[in-house]
Amino acid sequence: MFRKLSLTTMTALALGAGAAHAASVEVEITDYAFPFEGPFGSYDSNQLQRGLKVYTEICSACHGLELVAFRTLSDETGPALPEEQMRAYAENFEVFDQALDDGFGDFRAATPADRYPESSLSNAPDLSLMAKSRAGFHGPYGTGISQLINGMGGAEYIASLLTGYEEEPECALEMETPMDGYYNIAFANGGFPEACKDEHGHHTVPGSWISMAPPLYGDDLDYDDGTEATLEQSAQDVAAFLMWTAEPKMTARKQAGMTGVLFLSLLAVLLYLTNKKLWAPHKPKYKDEA
Amino acid sequence: MAGIPHDHYEPSSNGEKWLHKRLPILGIAYDTLMIPTPKNLNWMWIWGIVLTFTLVLQIVTGIVLVMHYVPHVDMAFESVEHIMRNVNGGHMIRYFHSNGASLFFIAVYLHIFRSLYYGNYKAPREVTWIIGMLMYLLMMGTAFMGYVLPWGQMSFHGTAVITGLFGAVPFVGEALQTWLLGASAVGQPALNRFFSLHYLMPFILLGLTIVHIWAFHTTGNNNPTGVEVRRTSKEDAAKDTLPFWPYFVIKDLFALAIILAVFMAIVGFMPNYLGHPDNYIPANPLATPSHIVPEWYFLPFYAILRAFTADVWVVQIVNFLTFGIIDAKFFGVLAMFGAIAVMALAPWLDTSTVRSGRYRPMFKWWFALLVVDFIVLMWVGAQAAEFPYDWISLIASTYWFAYFLVILPLLGVLEKPLPLPETIEADYAAHYASKTGGTKTIVNPAE
Repeated sequence: MFRKLSLTTMTALALGAGAAHAASVEVEITDYAFPFEGPFGSYDSNQLQRGLKVYTEICSACHGLELVAFRTLSDETGPALPEEQMRAYAENFEVFDQALDDGFGDFRAATPADRYPESSLSNAPDLSLMAKSRAGFHGPYGTGISQLINGMGGAEYIASLLTGYEEEPECALEMETPMDGYYNIAFANGGFPEACKDEHGHHTVPGSWISMAPPLYGDDLDYDDGTEATLEQSAQDVAAFLMWTAEPKMTARKQAGMTGVLFLSLLAVLLYLTNKKLWAPHKPKYKDEA
Repeated sequence: MAGIPHDHYEPSSNGEKWLHKRLPILGIAYDTLMIPTPKNLNWMWIWGIVLTFTLVLQIVTGIVLVMHYVPHVDMAFESVEHIMRNVNGGHMIRYFHSNGASLFFIAVYLHIFRSLYYGNYKAPREVTWIIGMLMYLLMMGTAFMGYVLPWGQMSFHGTAVITGLFGAVPFVGEALQTWLLGASAVGQPALNRFFSLHYLMPFILLGLTIVHIWAFHTTGNNNPTGVEVRRTSKEDAAKDTLPFWPYFVIKDLFALAIILAVFMAIVGFMPNYLGHPDNYIPANPLATPSHIVPEWYFLPFYAILRAFTADVWVVQIVNFLTFGIIDAKFFGVLAMFGAIAVMALAPWLDTSTVRSGRYRPMFKWWFALLVVDFIVLMWVGAQAAEFPYDWISLIASTYWFAYFLVILPLLGVLEKPLPLPETIEADYAAHYASKTGGTKTIVNPAE
């Protein structure tokens, strides 16, 4: 399911009269289908393992995952790595341990109890919660309906961002000093050249310029399960993995929600019948029938 | 209680008699639970129970969250993620608590608009209304401070904007803002005191809940007709009422079960839908989010705050008359608090002798417009401060004030109310008779 949706993110909603400057940026987000969508959706462990590999081999060069503990990679509702494999994987990372070297601290290989290191590049944001902090599109007209109806969230955004690099639009090519960064049709908050705005200040092309170079081109790595690592495939896989890092308890939450809805509905039916019987003698229409 | 004649508690066993002489606690519990309640209450009278339940839910989940939360600027965000990832059931408890705030406000708005339509605020229930308004203010304060605690981007910059409102007060503004924050900017002192107050205020709310219930148990409930329960004799009163237990307890619990099923679906399947995604980014004083939007339940009043800009002539006149002391920013702050104040004054602004909107043909339409107005304000509060939203929010804000300050006082004079049913019993009988048809003439009200 590859529906292209044009979404408007309203930016700059500033308080007060003087600071009222607002620009709406068109971005193109593809509504990818993920297995964890909907009330019954859950993570696909194979996809998360593929995404883990994309993260490890490509993203982790710059981006950290500092809220994620290695042990959780073995979670059954997550990537479900076998424990041996998870332990071996953790050892590839180095963490700083204050207790070593008589309290001066030193680096050592990570254990399952440790968490991923933080970002190694200062302007690369940590990815632990990226899928949740980029979840809102607030369209159309700021009502957030597209998020509600289409179930579009941060995972769609991340996958669209990774596949959203395009040739610079013509309006930007004519400029004397070229734009910093890379043109991306899914990115809203980057630099934008004056040359690509019309006389009212509206953008004539979607997206903006992002400082991150395209991280994926397709065939960037070999998947262990033989899946072909196309650009769209690895973008979706890593997006799914980052959804898991942001919301690792999603499956448990949905199960609890389902149980709660069922039991409360049953309780409501019982209370309805109790209420009906209780009030019957005091309702004239039942009295007449009796 | 209630001034409605009914049977009071009589201790029967020796143990009960012994206790009753020393502490009449069972009597109070009995009389509270068995209070005669108008039997024609409709489904808009369930929100009180929902609100009481939600307050308890928030207190219980909140106490558990506090066991794991760390009120420190460097650790608050991470401790919330610790709750989400490592604490047993922590993700559910936190989602219950954060979505519980939304449930609280949905219920309180329906509760307030119910009272505005059926004239619950009118004599002799003004004290119940005023206490309710105080509780609403306290709820808003509690919710605002709670939103600061996760120390995300929206927490931090929202706090800066809202405490900045106090900075708009003439002469003492800056000192006031510094006093509130405990520093010149939002930081550790603010986080610590908001944490302390966020824990304290729900218990004050709990105390006020008891006073709120005490007040309307003294006057008796209003009801959809606005006609008082007959107090002439116990027999007459019994024809208009039924005891709270079991009739209304079971009815309210049924409604609560349905509402909680919906709540559970939101918590289980879309727990972040009502929140702002930016709050999953740790607070960074150096990076202001491109748009700072309060939580949905503050939007109507946020819209009123922003509506009165320096180019509005009312603002310009006030600015001129006060020699510039009241500028546009302070005017906005006054308008926001004024919007709640005029609502609190409704008992004295409404001149109509008829309580219920059901029998007020003109009022009905103005009230419907007020509901639409409130929804428009909520929507426009989330939009950019630019054309046409600035005009929409100005018109909608003006209507809010006009409803309370002009329309309510005038309607009492201009409007000719419909005939009221003689008694609650008659209304109740007519309601059920009209559904079966036929017997209507026998039980026609006001005949």
